[in-house]
Amino acid sequence: MFPEIGHQPTTVRRRSRWSEAQRSWRLHWQLYLLAIVPIAYFVIFKYVPMAFNVIAFKDYSPVLGPWGSEWVGLRNFQQLFDNPVFTELLKNTVFLAFYLVLASFPIPILLAIALNEIRNGWFKRTVQMVTYAPYFISTVVVVSMTILVLSPRAGVVNEGLGWFGIDPINFLGEPGYFRHIYVWTDVWQTAGYSAVIYMAALAGIDPALHESAKVDGASRLQRIRHIDLPGIMPTAVIILILGVGNTMAIGFEKAYLLQNDLNLAVSEIIPTYVYKTGLINADFSMATAVGLFNSVVNLFLLLAVNFAAKRITGNGLWR
Amino acid sequence: MSAISTSALTRLRRRERPATTKVREPLRDRMFMVVITIMLVVALLLVLAPLVFIVASSFSSAEAVNAGRVTFWPVDFSLHAYQVALSNSQVLQGYYNSLIYAVFGTLISVTLTVAIAYPLSRKTFFGRNVIMTLLIFTMLFSGGLIPTYMVVQDLGMLDTRWALLIPNAIGVWQVIIARTFFANSIPDELYEASMLDGAGGLRTLWSVVLPLSKPLLAVLALMYAIFQWNTYFDALVYLKDPGLYPLQIVLRNLLILNETRSGAQDLAQQMEQQQLAAVLRYALIVVSSLPVLLLYPFIARHFTKGVMVGAVKG
Repeated sequence: MFPEIGHQPTTVRRRSRWSEAQRSWRLHWQLYLLAIVPIAYFVIFKYVPMAFNVIAFKDYSPVLGPWGSEWVGLRNFQQLFDNPVFTELLKNTVFLAFYLVLASFPIPILLAIALNEIRNGWFKRTVQMVTYAPYFISTVVVVSMTILVLSPRAGVVNEGLGWFGIDPINFLGEPGYFRHIYVWTDVWQTAGYSAVIYMAALAGIDPALHESAKVDGASRLQRIRHIDLPGIMPTAVIILILGVGNTMAIGFEKAYLLQNDLNLAVSEIIPTYVYKTGLINADFSMATAVGLFNSVVNLFLLLAVNFAAKRITGNGLWR
Repeated sequence: MSAISTSALTRLRRRERPATTKVREPLRDRMFMVVITIMLVVALLLVLAPLVFIVASSFSSAEAVNAGRVTFWPVDFSLHAYQVALSNSQVLQGYYNSLIYAVFGTLISVTLTVAIAYPLSRKTFFGRNVIMTLLIFTMLFSGGLIPTYMVVQDLGMLDTRWALLIPNAIGVWQVIIARTFFANSIPDELYEASMLDGAGGLRTLWSVVLPLSKPLLAVLALMYAIFQWNTYFDALVYLKDPGLYPLQIVLRNLLILNETRSGAQDLAQQMEQQQLAAVLRYALIVVSSLPVLLLYPFIARHFTKGVMVGAVKG
């Protein structure tokens, strides 16, 4: 009897969206043409590979192609989870990633807060320029430097240890040192860069807060604790989310370069294993299965951390 | 007499100070500043030390380096390592290739990034939110190494220069930076004015927007150029032909895999070559980082700005 109320808004909305699209095309048709090439890029190099992940569920044969190859269901994953290597891989990846997040999260914050307190322009600029610089050095060079500096024969670290009567240590040959080397060279390389982001957040804090705290007799430490830290909280949360969310996407580049036969037991992580299985042993299906497992776990981790952060602090990657 | 004059001087100095620092800080705050300054000096030295060690070693003689006599100053100053490094055909070829990848890769990347970021920055561009979401999703979930390799293979790009120029041409982060810049830094009135003058979308972009976007273009170009110069992963995966190797792969082979082509027969010659190989590494590190070092003043100025622009509104 009564007209169906629920229907009306949708039809109106659909019509208006359609006319909106038409108006947009008339106004921006040149820009749509401009955007075609980049959109094609994303389709071809990002979305087609996602579709190619079907070979994780197939016995891939290059002759039959990704669509023609024979389905094997979850056999590749079954094989992967049954392989004792898998537990090691997972452990190595997760340990390395969490150690990295734990070490590389607080140091840039400390650096930024310390720099923010300094008023001497010359000293501040020097520290900033020098700590920022390693970010732009390539991974190959950083790893080479690490090898040279830690070299048991003529490395400066072992020379220094020699002055204290300590015998040279083959740092890169000892599996126990691998994670420390990986993480602390990373901190060395990125702390200054990450600090810049926090410095900007600190610069955005209303100076009136500091002035009134000073009038109330707050010490520098108290002002850092109650004004600066809360002020950079949103930034810190986002950086932490991205850090934890990228646990499984931890860099291939450096781990692969730091690897050698002696430290392989701890330095073999999922990305390096994917590379070796897929491109060196040419087992495409297995490598894709490992990679897919990695990507899915990573996505869920990111969503979970983001959810938790939003609940606890009210800040997240998106609203 | 001296006491009087010092106190007078102090009084004079105090009067000249700006009003905000007129009040002397309490002792605990001055102590705190001392602690902070010491912390920063330690950080500075920790970052600087390995760099100084490398540079000092590269300018030292092979004997001094191998005997471990070099710490933070060149011993037996010598340029021999640089002479050898710069006459190595692999290194020169790598340098040349890397320059090509950096120049053309940057051109392609900046063009494509602007081509997607500018339309996405226009508020009346229908579908902008859907497209943006699809782009950001690629940051969260990647197709993976092997599937991407298969695409590159299917396109016939394996073992060609295109493999380093195209598959990683657009960074989503850079698109976000560019889109934020276009949306926030170009006043809407300019778009209206240019439309009233009858300019189409492309004409507006070329004649109105881009001339006002030089800081953005500088940031994007620096980011892409440094990425191209420093990366080795794509080359490792996609290239087999040594003639196409970028510098980073050459460096990896020489520095990390220890692949010095030893054609030396007798022991003495071999010894000499091994000694040289050690200094050579230090010199190569310096030589390969030189372009980035030369760009560093620009980087320091523009990069920070770019990082901030992107961080403002993700």
